[in-house]
Amino acid sequence: MYLIKEKYILTPTVTKMIISAPLITKHADVGQFVMIRAEEDGERIPLTIAENNPKDGTITIIFQVVGRSTYILNQLNENDRIPDVAGPMGKPSELEGLSRVLLVGGGVGCAILYPIAEKLHRLGTEIYTIIGFRNESLIFLEDQFVKISNRYQIMTDDGSYGRKGFVTDVLKCALDEQIAYDKVIAIGPVPMMKAVSDLTRKYHIPTVVSMNPIMVDGTGMCGGCRLSVGGQMKFACVDGPEFDGHLVDFDMVMKRNQLYQSQEKDAYLDVCKGVSHEQT
Amino acid sequence: MSARGYHMNKHRVPMRMIDKHLRDNCFEEVNLGYSDEEALLEANRCLDCKHQPCVSGCPVGIDIPGFIKEITLGNVDEAYKIIGFSSSLPAVCGRVCPQETQCEAVCVYAKKGEAVAIGHLERYVADHYYQEEHVVEKKETSHIKIAIVGSGPAGLSCAHDLINEGFEVDIYEALHTSGGVLSYGIPSFRLPKDVVQREIDELTKKGVRIIHNVIIGKTLTFDDLKDMGYQAIFIGTGAGLPKFMGIPGEMLPGVYSANEYLTRLNLMHAYKEKSSTPIHIGNRIAVVGGGNVALDAARCAKRLGADIVYLIYRRGKEEIPARLEEVIHAEEEGIVFKLLTNVKEIIPDDSGNIKSIRCVEMVLGDMDESGRRKPIENPKKQIIIPVDEVIMAIGTTPNPMILQTVQGLDQTAKGCLIVDEETNETSLPMVFAGGDAVTGSATVILAMEAGRKAAKAISAKCHS
Repeated sequence: MYLIKEKYILTPTVTKMIISAPLITKHADVGQFVMIRAEEDGERIPLTIAENNPKDGTITIIFQVVGRSTYILNQLNENDRIPDVAGPMGKPSELEGLSRVLLVGGGVGCAILYPIAEKLHRLGTEIYTIIGFRNESLIFLEDQFVKISNRYQIMTDDGSYGRKGFVTDVLKCALDEQIAYDKVIAIGPVPMMKAVSDLTRKYHIPTVVSMNPIMVDGTGMCGGCRLSVGGQMKFACVDGPEFDGHLVDFDMVMKRNQLYQSQEKDAYLDVCKGVSHEQT
Repeated sequence: MSARGYHMNKHRVPMRMIDKHLRDNCFEEVNLGYSDEEALLEANRCLDCKHQPCVSGCPVGIDIPGFIKEITLGNVDEAYKIIGFSSSLPAVCGRVCPQETQCEAVCVYAKKGEAVAIGHLERYVADHYYQEEHVVEKKETSHIKIAIVGSGPAGLSCAHDLINEGFEVDIYEALHTSGGVLSYGIPSFRLPKDVVQREIDELTKKGVRIIHNVIIGKTLTFDDLKDMGYQAIFIGTGAGLPKFMGIPGEMLPGVYSANEYLTRLNLMHAYKEKSSTPIHIGNRIAVVGGGNVALDAARCAKRLGADIVYLIYRRGKEEIPARLEEVIHAEEEGIVFKLLTNVKEIIPDDSGNIKSIRCVEMVLGDMDESGRRKPIENPKKQIIIPVDEVIMAIGTTPNPMILQTVQGLDQTAKGCLIVDEETNETSLPMVFAGGDAVTGSATVILAMEAGRKAAKAISAKCHS
């Protein structure tokens, strides 16, 4: 069992938890994830390690409540225990030797992007951060991004905060400035990563995306997280989660992610109802 | 009928089982086990041959006539002890071993009639023993620490022998549940999960520690294990990534690897209503492959309510590598065997859902290196079968995690660990390996044999 040491509500749907997991902190690196079961007999879900603190023996996760399992996880509070946390899984981000990087984040993907930004900043890389949210109420980590970015732009779809529009609008302006970027790192909803990759392809800038397909074990066993990268079958849990955005077949990823949509929706409604029953 | 009456009988005492018409939607075990009387009758068929062919037919060398004799004398607990010298998993092996190609194949009865039902009797002994609580003595350990990677059959069997030798044994398991393939792979209608747990409990009572959620190579490295004072490491990481065929359409949603399909059902209990892990329910399902895993997947699919389940296998019925009993049960349950058939393409409809598979007829040619006749395509005969779900059960490659993270472990081109045949030691000194991580997809009992061999070598090296 893994103790929740601190819990913060970042937005109405996004939560940050600091979890005691000393063994995991030993070798965890930026870009890696953990598999979590929030309840006995629960689903195994992958969540990126947002912060690793070997000194305290804690890892931080930031997650959005999107379905049953994240809902259950969010029901847990400080001093509660999570049945299972396993990791660190996946390959760490490759961030060495970059002088200037464009970071693009969308929604809860910003939680995965932030540790990357933070490490790049430490390595002395010049960072231009572009992050986007649907509206003002969903924004989190803004101050932290501002602090470490050399340039920074925040967007909202509806214009309720920052500039109105999509991250790709500003990205295009940035790419047109003729400043040389070593890499674009884009993390967010699949359609956003696809749009970013389509755009940067025209500018021939290497682009890295972080894929979060459906996983079961997360240990290189089930093959459920497979995706097509440059026509080759890759597995997000052991080959990823980061891939060359110019080679990923995003359409198939979206299609595969929809397989359980109706079951996921029913399960989410059930769990929401279940809790309201208990309260009445 | 008296025991003596059966003694000369060419036929074994049949195993009672759940009627085939009652198996839809039922994940309960099909075989019901022998009663005391049935076990006694069957045990009395054993001729207690002097040359004991069955013992040499058993990969872990169980004293088969010895334990059967104890059954005839009514000493079932004694029978359990005899098996226990060689195997830590009798309730498992009695259920899932391919006895018909091992111990029972060489039984003298097999020449003229049906072999003594050694597997059924082994199962009876274990089930009988577990009916009552037994005091298991915690083993005195010598404080020589051994780390085992993976709690599947190879690791459990290695742990069993090492704890009996007085070693301190810690098993590191990546998943949240112990048992490896016994838990995530083999369905409960063939191997109930409480049966697996009971045998694992026997080991932990003796003092074996199982630490879950630790991925060796990721959470802890080999260097960490050495720093923690482990004198030897045994790698029993088992099957890894599933193989796919490389045909069009394999990325489509609704195409499962058998590993994923079975893991969702067995480890994550997706067959239960309101399970938090979902599974796609198909109506017309094609399972590709002919091994135990393919049969397991097909029978699960039928139980989940599919109208029709095809087993698509490129060779003939004679060549099916699955256990005979599974083939019989699958046929009883209405699985449609499409033999000498191979899949060439999975075809989607306009919205990207699976619509059908295109198959080609196969003919058997000359013997190949596996000693089986090689299947060759007959491109003139192609058929389209409408299906809405496809399960690929054509094998696995060893788990890549260890090899990705440990330097100096020699491996084959296929990613299998290379070990010394006698000791199961890898290219790294005091690092041993066995099971599917070495052989690629194989059986529970062969993994156990490897675990035993390694335990023997570890014991010899640590005490020398």
